[in-house]
Amino acid sequence: MPEPDVSASPNTGSPAGAAARHIPSAGELFLAFAKMAVCGFGGVLAWSRRIIVQERGWLTPEEFNEQLALCQVLPGGNILNFSIMYGSRCAGLAGAFAALLGLIGPPMVLMIVAGILYRHYGALPALRGMFASLAAAAAGLLIATATQMVRATVKDRLRPAHLVTAATFVAAGVLRWPLLWVMATLLPVSVALAWWRRQ
Amino acid sequence: MSDESDLYVPLLSIFALCSVIAVGGATSAVPEMHRQAVDVHHWISDRSFTELFAIAQTSPGPNVVFVTLLGHYIAGVPGALIAMFGMCAPSCTIAYCAARVVDRFRDAPWRIILQAGLVPVTIGLIASSALIVARAADHDIPTLLITAASFAFCYWTRVTPLLALALAAALGLTGLL
Repeated sequence: MPEPDVSASPNTGSPAGAAARHIPSAGELFLAFAKMAVCGFGGVLAWSRRIIVQERGWLTPEEFNEQLALCQVLPGGNILNFSIMYGSRCAGLAGAFAALLGLIGPPMVLMIVAGILYRHYGALPALRGMFASLAAAAAGLLIATATQMVRATVKDRLRPAHLVTAATFVAAGVLRWPLLWVMATLLPVSVALAWWRRQ
Repeated sequence: MSDESDLYVPLLSIFALCSVIAVGGATSAVPEMHRQAVDVHHWISDRSFTELFAIAQTSPGPNVVFVTLLGHYIAGVPGALIAMFGMCAPSCTIAYCAARVVDRFRDAPWRIILQAGLVPVTIGLIASSALIVARAADHDIPTLLITAASFAFCYWTRVTPLLALALAAALGLTGLL
């Protein structure tokens, strides 16, 4: 999908161009991340790109992709890691906190309200059908997500890495192993396979 | 639920563990959260766990806010905050420390290998989450059909999955199920 390159100015690529770019303050970070959290129905990632790259012009599309790729090797959600890393680079510890609080604060308030309502009214017979079918639809969504991820990796041919995916599924999903066991046994195998494949 | 404060320490340790070892975010941690909260500690029924997960899917914001909802169900507002702190603090601390050094390793071979090695495990964990949620949610023919329809909608269309969830909720409200 083509995106307008907001950094396209006469200074693009030069040190002066980079220096002239606006570095957001903690307050600006909070507002930007709160906006993507509130707008981000069904995935914050698309909105974070739209707001940070296209709307505010704080990062170029390439910079955004690079930062995000770095977040993927760290534990935790990508977008959470991105908020911390980008926030701290712009405005230090205060920036990291501001971006994180903007990202999780508003949805947390919403979830606590939802939790109170569920505790009080979740057992009402009139709502049982609604929650049951909502849960069934969420199952379909998860199956679709997993299937799409598998399809994206099988596009060439089956590789040993797919055995790792299958083994993880059996261990964590079918046998219900503790996550620590799953990670301790399968992650080293998976990384070794990735290393072997690159040799 | 009179001794909710007894739950604070286990909540914190369970979610802190999930924070550090679940690669790929909160959805990858669902199998472990379910195992601990439903099977080991009996804090919540299989059905309620699944319903709360579904409610969190309809919420704006990152997937990790499911932890707020789950923590709230288990131990009220303090539980929500403690669970969320446990889930975010360790991984965010790592990210904060990594922010200074990680640029240096952007093109490092080991980073690329590590990332390539994480992907198959992440996919397996998300597939496990799907199995766990489906097993709890699909208990009769109508719910199975809703899961199948939702799968088709989310897999073959580019429309927001939120619409599939909203349609399913509306269908459930009509009492046809």
